Amino acid sequence: MAPPSTRRPGFSRRAQYGLFLGYVVAVAGVLFALMLLTLSVIDPRGFGALKGAALDATSPVSSAGRGIVNFFGGIGSTVGNYFNAGAQNDDLKRQLAATRRKIVEARATELENQRLKAMLKLSETVGDEVTVTRVVGSSFDSSRRLATLSVGSGAGVAPGQPVRSPEGLIGRVIETGRWASRVLLVSDGASSVPVRLVRDGTPAIAQGLGDGSIDLKTLEVGKNPFRRGDILVTSGVGGVYPPNVPVAVVVRVERERTTARPLADPATVDFAMVLRPFQPVADQPLSQATSEALQGAAQ
Amino acid sequence: MSRIAGSERDVAWWSARRQLVPVLTTLAAALLDSLPIVTQTPLVPDFAFLVLIAWRLLRPELWQAYAALPLGFFADLVAGHPLGQSMAIWTITFLAFDLIDLRVGWRDYWTDWLFASLAIAFHSAAAWYIGWIGGSRTDFMILMPQLVLSLFSFPLVARIVLGLDRWRLAR
Repeated sequence: MAPPSTRRPGFSRRAQYGLFLGYVVAVAGVLFALMLLTLSVIDPRGFGALKGAALDATSPVSSAGRGIVNFFGGIGSTVGNYFNAGAQNDDLKRQLAATRRKIVEARATELENQRLKAMLKLSETVGDEVTVTRVVGSSFDSSRRLATLSVGSGAGVAPGQPVRSPEGLIGRVIETGRWASRVLLVSDGASSVPVRLVRDGTPAIAQGLGDGSIDLKTLEVGKNPFRRGDILVTSGVGGVYPPNVPVAVVVRVERERTTARPLADPATVDFAMVLRPFQPVADQPLSQATSEALQGAAQ
Repeated sequence: MSRIAGSERDVAWWSARRQLVPVLTTLAAALLDSLPIVTQTPLVPDFAFLVLIAWRLLRPELWQAYAALPLGFFADLVAGHPLGQSMAIWTITFLAFDLIDLRVGWRDYWTDWLFASLAIAFHSAAAWYIGWIGGSRTDFMILMPQLVLSLFSFPLVARIVLGLDRWRLAR
């Protein structure tokens, strides 16, 4: 069927001008949108209030439906477990044996650790959490990996705070509404987390790949230090993520490329803890005494 | 139901339905983004865009190109894209469809699907590029499953939109 010719509204001058004006508005609108986009890219927190309000408005849908989705997701995995019972049994036995060995090693390390800490009189700062919440949604139709939490600035959540679950690091808060907030997951392409290898402490950067996996980059060139099954924890460098939070497990090692999988899968974690940034002091201006001392040193 | 309006209220209801159904279905499709689905890979198509181009291809006279601006603004806010992303991409798509309408005299199911495929590919690539500028260094190949799924779900969405259109214009 030939489409009706709507682009030529006949001999009416008024209709012709109206159509022309429509195009002028559309092109101006595109330019305006590109300008907004530039602003959003330069300053991602620029429209924070507006986007926070939108987050709040849609959060009831996300929060209420989450239980239902968990229920149905649970059915799927239960059926899968039934079919894979034999293979799973073997796997679990093997894992149990490996874990027993690890526990013995860990006990020895813990003892040594306590002894060393006592020697150094170090005190660890733990329990620095802002709030505990649930992951209720995610961006499932774009190349970005963002998740939604069911708490916002009302509970003290602010952009920049790290989020973890008992299993491991989830990401960090980038936008907050009053009752909901948005988290940049560790698997997002814009997320890079300073990590170290648990086995020997090799530092690395965990860069998200956008498809639920993480690329590991070592800071030094040479032999690839990673092996399949290696666990990575945050190193605390950079001052956002607290140290020793589990991040990922290495799943594939090619010559130069190491791929890891996040330990905390946002689709299945029950609880997410929002933590305070590890060293917020590093961002603040120098104190009076320090700047005076520095000036004195310069003179 | 009678085909002749019995009262002023019938007329008002029919005209409201005729005008609002396309807009409301597009907004509803955008709201699908707030569903509590948590995934690790991009797989689910962007239904708001699919519904939008399905309406546009089915009824070229329905919307002028600038109608995509407020709809895109709403989608940006709901989905958490950088503000302006859907506004720009959707309006550019509408302008491109207007150009296509000027050049191509005959349209059928397959050409519509072809134009929709081009639009979907452009949408994915542009969104990925905006993410890249915003610091998300991802491989474009991770979007392939989603792209293919979008291409094959377009006929389905178009069929649903066609049904809605028949209901919208029914008396």
